[in-house]
Amino acid sequence: MKNQWKHAFSVILSIVVLVYCAALILGREVSAAGEGKITGTVKLDGTAPHMKGIDMSKDPYCVKAHASDPAHLEQVIVGANGGLQNVVLYISDGLTGSALTEVPAAEPVFDQKNCVYTPHVLALDVNQKFKVTTSDQTAHNIHPNPNPMTGNIPWNQSQPPGAPPIEKSWKAPEFIEVKCNIHPWMHGWHVVVKGGPYATTDGSGNYTINNVPPGNYTVTAWQEAYGTQTQKVTVAAGKPGTADFTFKAK
Amino acid sequence: MRSSFLKWSLLVGAVAALPLASWAQQTPYDFESRMGMESHIGKITGHAKDAKADYRRYCVSCHGELGDGNGESFPWVDPKPRDFQLGVFKCRSTPTGTLPLDEDLFDTIARGLDRSNMPQWSTFTKQERADLVAWVKHFSPRWVNEKPGTPIQIPPEPEVTAERIKAGRDVFARVQCWKCHGVEGKANGPSAATLTDDLGRSIAAFNFTEGARPKCGSTDRDLYRIFMTGLDGTPMPSFADNIKPDEAWDLVFYLKALEPQKSKEKALAKQLGLKPVDPNAPPPAAPQ
Repeated sequence: MKNQWKHAFSVILSIVVLVYCAALILGREVSAAGEGKITGTVKLDGTAPHMKGIDMSKDPYCVKAHASDPAHLEQVIVGANGGLQNVVLYISDGLTGSALTEVPAAEPVFDQKNCVYTPHVLALDVNQKFKVTTSDQTAHNIHPNPNPMTGNIPWNQSQPPGAPPIEKSWKAPEFIEVKCNIHPWMHGWHVVVKGGPYATTDGSGNYTINNVPPGNYTVTAWQEAYGTQTQKVTVAAGKPGTADFTFKAK
Repeated sequence: MRSSFLKWSLLVGAVAALPLASWAQQTPYDFESRMGMESHIGKITGHAKDAKADYRRYCVSCHGELGDGNGESFPWVDPKPRDFQLGVFKCRSTPTGTLPLDEDLFDTIARGLDRSNMPQWSTFTKQERADLVAWVKHFSPRWVNEKPGTPIQIPPEPEVTAERIKAGRDVFARVQCWKCHGVEGKANGPSAATLTDDLGRSIAAFNFTEGARPKCGSTDRDLYRIFMTGLDGTPMPSFADNIKPDEAWDLVFYLKALEPQKSKEKALAKQLGLKPVDPNAPPPAAPQ
């Protein structure tokens, strides 16, 4: 009888220990995969610079596409309350393990539409696949111009109307300018960052970097005309980190 | 007395040498580690170290000590010499964004680049040229870290026919070569005036009507290769994804019909009464 009790006790104890261990391991994975985040707003301090209109008269197709909505340069786009659009936020220091090495499975699209790039700024992880597409009935050539010394090799491919998508990726972190030689006003960016979690600000300057495990980080904000700024951020379990940035208008 | 003079002159000498030392640091020749670079052209093996004297004598004034295209003659040379450190080359048989084959560089040295300061170096022996290819490669770490691309496949050249020239004109219209090269191939398309190379310098589209030789060769296979690989570092893109191999030959024939030289293509185009493409017409649909 006594022995039986002893036996049952050890079984229960081992189950409890097992469940506890499993909870510990799974719990860690859950938080690593999705719980933590960093949010904030990026603003412009001062008067937004005038964005010049684009003269597309060399290509009647492009002119027609913008007949009711004139195209402007997109270096600095300011929304409500001074929110800055197209700012890329990424974790420049503090990521370790799978959060650093895991490449996002999402395959973002860089489209040539109405003779401009949509989006104007495309954030990517190193080795993350992306697609270049064209929605236009005019020929483009897509010509990213990275520095080959980084490991990113420049290439130049044509995309006439109806061309199939081009699938590519970049090997190293770099801010890469993308151009079309046929339409010299076409100008965009591929912002390649190291480490998966990143975000791009919306029209109001808001952003959320998801999938950040708890820890201490340095967040960098990159804006094409104003360069980079960094901030230290702490993310705790169940408590997102916040980092607001302000760029001074030049 | 004498020793103090010695001391002073040493001190002055050391101070005078300081800027020299910092200058040396700014322009390092750090390619020694790649001096063992080789090239392989058929049965010939080129050795970088054997090209040192030839490079210093014949190439350095334009291409520069560091291979960055910043030689003494840089200000007077247009188009500007390549920056060999970047490993980006116009004339390749490999896809855009990849390193060329050793043979591509070997051919470029012999062929020279028409309408540039790069002459035909046909005076070099094949061994000397192979050595120079290895020397050119030793300037860029890319030749250690990467392999050259897989060369594009060029099917055998078909017989030229009137139908093929007409089909070539449709390709010219569909992929819109005329945007830069002009509807008659006169390099006066709507985008021609604003073309720039990767370094932001103004660059001209090729004019097919002048009787000039294209920079990367003027044989039919060269023409095929030029638009299917693109000329990296320039606005000329690769059309490999958008022109099928058979169509590519059609385009070659049409391009030859634009040239002033007498050719079967030109005669056939004349018989057909072929007109330049209409830039305002909707582009022909791609064949399925």
